[in-house]
Amino acid sequence: MPVLSEVADVAIIDYGMGNLLSVSKAFEHVAPQSKIIVTSDPAVIAAATRVVFPGVGAMPDCMRELKQRGLTEAVKQAAASKPFLGICLGMQALFVHSEEGDCAGLGLLSGKVRRFPAAAMRDEHGQKLKVPHIGWNQVHQTAMGAKPHPLWAGIEDGARFYFVHSYYAEPASQDVVAGFTRYPFAFTCAVAQDMLFAVQFHPEKSQAAGLRLLANFVTWDGLR
Amino acid sequence: MGLAKRIIPCLDVTAGRVVKGVNFVNLVDAGDPVEIARRYDEQGADELTFLDITATSDDRDLILHIIEAVAAQVFIPLTVGGGVRAVEDVRRLLHAGADKVTINTAAVFNPQLVKNCSDRFGSQCIVVAIDAKQTVWGATPAWEIFTHGGRKPTGLDAVAWARKMQGLGAGEILLTSMDRDGAKIGFDLNLTRAISDTLTIPVIASGGVGNLQHLVDGVKLGGADAVLAASIFHFGEYTVEQAKKHMREQGIEVRL
Repeated sequence: MPVLSEVADVAIIDYGMGNLLSVSKAFEHVAPQSKIIVTSDPAVIAAATRVVFPGVGAMPDCMRELKQRGLTEAVKQAAASKPFLGICLGMQALFVHSEEGDCAGLGLLSGKVRRFPAAAMRDEHGQKLKVPHIGWNQVHQTAMGAKPHPLWAGIEDGARFYFVHSYYAEPASQDVVAGFTRYPFAFTCAVAQDMLFAVQFHPEKSQAAGLRLLANFVTWDGLR
Repeated sequence: MGLAKRIIPCLDVTAGRVVKGVNFVNLVDAGDPVEIARRYDEQGADELTFLDITATSDDRDLILHIIEAVAAQVFIPLTVGGGVRAVEDVRRLLHAGADKVTINTAAVFNPQLVKNCSDRFGSQCIVVAIDAKQTVWGATPAWEIFTHGGRKPTGLDAVAWARKMQGLGAGEILLTSMDRDGAKIGFDLNLTRAISDTLTIPVIASGGVGNLQHLVDGVKLGGADAVLAASIFHFGEYTVEQAKKHMREQGIEVRL
């Protein structure tokens, strides 16, 4: 059993899918005093104070890579036990099923992931909307209980974040919806359940608003 | 309110410096890439595109260091292209901090490269760059694709080619009119409209921006999802913020 020389304040899960450098640089920027570790070691993930589950690419590859690297259980345990942030594919993978490759997800959240339906992609003027949904769109925060979620602290309701995706999550319960975006219909772009928070957009690429969300995550105690 | 139209300053980079030319030649020094990237970020650029126009392979690694330095300081999407020939080139650029990679010449000689890269890394990070020039094929206007930085004709029709690239997994098209590049007389709106109408993926219009109204026209008349410009920003004629304010005044949704 290897001895862990350092415990990560933030462990960023490396499963070969994604812009890990962008994510780690953004955390280093907002939390210069914190120990940020990019890792594919389940022991490091288990010992970390908080965990980030990033990801870009396709869902079937994501699930296969997690399995091959022996990370599936580590991700599930982290999501259930400590402050946990899923980003983009790292949000989609938390659900039961994705239409992308007709693929089973981790099943931590009830609901499924769907593709933007070609027939519905028109704006209110009848203009064609493109897929992937690429660019800066507004994130509308939902009131979850009495007060807004702590990760939205200091971020204006309706602030713009950077998106790049062709699939979106459809939670089975409205109770987990922390934010939504319109393209052209309203879809869930942020979910929260206990100490888990996950977003479809890329906070690490969303300038001031995104950096604020990451800073909020670094200081979040996991409570509402 | 919904998705904002993007303004993307473009930085042509060679030997570690940003340069700007007219019709792909007559290069003039425009400054340090990291410094310029930071300035555009502060002005509200939605994204930055770096095109490595280095002719020799010797200096290829320079762009990796530049991207690493920019990615540590600028937290908006970074697109990088120029000289991308293999899946490994894409991997190295993404690893250095690029969010998207553009493939141009290599896609023409090996269209399968686009599919291989989008299968491996996801179509969201594969941008196919098309350099097109107006030509006469029969009665209807058409545009021919050129490669090697606009030096070699291919005989390929740009509209059909764009559709093919979409089918192979391109997530976005960066469309440059070579007739307009550096000429400051506005985008080729017919070309932009023809490509945008035929595709379901986003189109970035490029080549020819000389004033802020050209950006508006690219979106409203050309149907572009994003507009790319270089010289109007590099030499301080306009800031990105001024460009966005003008677009908003003209009824275009932007991030301000």
